[in-house]
Amino acid sequence: MTTPLLELRDVHANAGETPILKGVNLTLHAGEVHALMGPNGSGKSTLASVLCGRPSFSVTSGEILFEGKDLLALQPEIRAREGIFMAFQYPVEIPGVPNNHFLRTALNAIRRHQGQPEVDAFDFLALCREKMAQVEMPEDLMKRSINEGFSGGEKKRNEVLQMLLLEPKLAVLDETDSGLDIDALRCVAEGVNSLRSPERGMLVITHYQRLLDSIIPDVVHVLSDGRIVRSGDRSLALELEEKGYGWLEEAAGAAPA
Amino acid sequence: MSESDATIERLTREEYRYGFVTDIEQDTVPPGLSEEVVRLISAKKKEPEWLLEWRLKAYARFCELLADEADPTWAMVDYPKINYQDIIYYSAPKSIKELGSLDEVDPELLSTYKKLGISLEEQKRISGVKVAVDAVFDSVSVATTYKDELEKQGILFCSFSEAVHKYPDLVKRYLGSVVPYSDNFFACLNSAVFTDGSFAYIPKGVRCPMELSTYFRINAAGTGQFERTLIVAEEGAYVSYLEGCTAPMRDENQLHAAVVELVALDDAEIKYSTVQNWYPGDKDGKGGIYNFVTKRGACRGKRSKISWTQVETGSAITWKYPSCLLLGEGSIGEFYSVALTNNYQQADTGTKMIHIGKNTRSTIISKGIAAGHGQQSYRGLVRMGPKAHGARNYSQCDSLLLGDRCGAHTFPYLEVKNDSATVEHEATTSKIGEDQLFYCRQRGLSEEDAISMIVNGFCKEVLRELPMEFAVEAQNLLGISLEGSVG
Repeated sequence: MTTPLLELRDVHANAGETPILKGVNLTLHAGEVHALMGPNGSGKSTLASVLCGRPSFSVTSGEILFEGKDLLALQPEIRAREGIFMAFQYPVEIPGVPNNHFLRTALNAIRRHQGQPEVDAFDFLALCREKMAQVEMPEDLMKRSINEGFSGGEKKRNEVLQMLLLEPKLAVLDETDSGLDIDALRCVAEGVNSLRSPERGMLVITHYQRLLDSIIPDVVHVLSDGRIVRSGDRSLALELEEKGYGWLEEAAGAAPA
Repeated sequence: MSESDATIERLTREEYRYGFVTDIEQDTVPPGLSEEVVRLISAKKKEPEWLLEWRLKAYARFCELLADEADPTWAMVDYPKINYQDIIYYSAPKSIKELGSLDEVDPELLSTYKKLGISLEEQKRISGVKVAVDAVFDSVSVATTYKDELEKQGILFCSFSEAVHKYPDLVKRYLGSVVPYSDNFFACLNSAVFTDGSFAYIPKGVRCPMELSTYFRINAAGTGQFERTLIVAEEGAYVSYLEGCTAPMRDENQLHAAVVELVALDDAEIKYSTVQNWYPGDKDGKGGIYNFVTKRGACRGKRSKISWTQVETGSAITWKYPSCLLLGEGSIGEFYSVALTNNYQQADTGTKMIHIGKNTRSTIISKGIAAGHGQQSYRGLVRMGPKAHGARNYSQCDSLLLGDRCGAHTFPYLEVKNDSATVEHEATTSKIGEDQLFYCRQRGLSEEDAISMIVNGFCKEVLRELPMEFAVEAQNLLGISLEGSVG
């Protein structure tokens, strides 16, 4: 049995002082795409925040292993350099900092950490152009300040662009599909699918089955009140679409699959 | 203390990099202020009678102000009363001969400037850009580069003392014409005891082919530095001038009270940039320079333009309001400022835009960053005179707070006496966002780099006004000045 890419063992976590996760177990192997679904307030975004080490979220018990290593001991930037990427639900704006400067700094921080040579401005530009075409992003967005004045769709495309550039080992997509029109949704899905590979894992957090029509998950988990109450294959997502979450929440006490 | 607070803390605790002392024999006058000292300074400089008289008038006025305890208290800065008898008013390296050539400069001084990253040799800087430098060490100018090359185009660039001897008519005509000796408490003190500074004169129609700059260094203990800078741009002339400042780390406070006067005639443009990095004091607020400076430019000519850009990261206390008198029709005044206060630094800085002529315009962009226990005030006056028909002003003042023990304040003053004038003012205060920091860290940036990047982004509108090669320096300086500040 190979070491899982990501393993959560009975993880309890707080957002601020409020307990949100109440014993999450999850095992994700390289090459797999897992979807995490669940009603509002079930803890999906908390789970993503905890994986990336967002301040003000704390793990109170349990452990998280990334490639067998204790993830919780690592600072957020080290986790990122080790290969964990989060596509944010609400990407922040940083006025005055050009997108391309930010991305090159990020890429080189990661490459240094992984013992790879840094990418110079010319190679970076070429790389960027290639990836931007992939997510159908106009080139001038690279020169603009990070996410400043970007439309909702442009912000999400920018997240996917960053993911394509940084080539993480584990990508966590936190409701990347929310608020997107059909075209943007297709772009996001194509971007994600192009990154699928046997070395890479993905955790796709979403409310809607819609995204999972384009990004076919290997495993679907349902989170309810801080616990994974059901795991299954793709058909679980379809079942949820039909029945809603109610029937699962009633069975929340039942042992997870 | 949150995690990001801890990094701010760490970031702002970085040591000051220019805190060394040069061991050099100094010719120093005993501490204290008196008519004798004023006469002594004037005599040491072999000044003409008219200048001595001017100094003495200033000294007499200063005595009155001192007796009235008229030192300004309106600024939002807090410091113990200064004893003006404790200050040394003249200190110069002994090796300085009068108006010597570059080859005669004491090697110790050359190496001092080298350590500071300033080349006093007339060779191209690495960037390939020529910059003429006047180096002021304590009370005197020790060298000025590219003088001959500039003179071929009629540009005069030299130390103030040299100008007094070589171009007395110009000095006499313009000295005190923008900032009169009686202007304010510190300008008055400066007028009595100023020792050196820079002088630049750009003749009609000449575009100065290189950056002019003055590098101020305080070295001796217990001394004050009182320099005067005078820049005159004749009709259609253009000049870009930059000043830099550093000082050794000392436990006591040292006073720096400078005066800068700019004069722009018809269609002339003066761009004046400052990267101020005086010793800011230690992390507990001990020591550091009191930077009490009067800077003012007069746009006398039609369509003339004066642009102030300042990056203020040093000094224990900054009291400084580079201003523009917009006299000529259609003249333009600009003020771009980044002020950063960390640890126990205090800054009360801003500008005055005095619109007198028709269709005059001014722009004010002020960015204040406070970290640690730093206190930061923007104080700006926009005055639209009764004859300033069609005049316009736009002001934008933004403050960024790092941590929760610092403060930012904005004091805009508007006086509009002409109905056709328009004034716009925008102000924002924001805290450096946990969300912004986390976003950067999630992409692999260290917290230090993230803060430096966010702060530089915040200041971008100002930094882009700096001459290219200094912009890079300023960006690094902002990063360094914040080291130890996140917490």
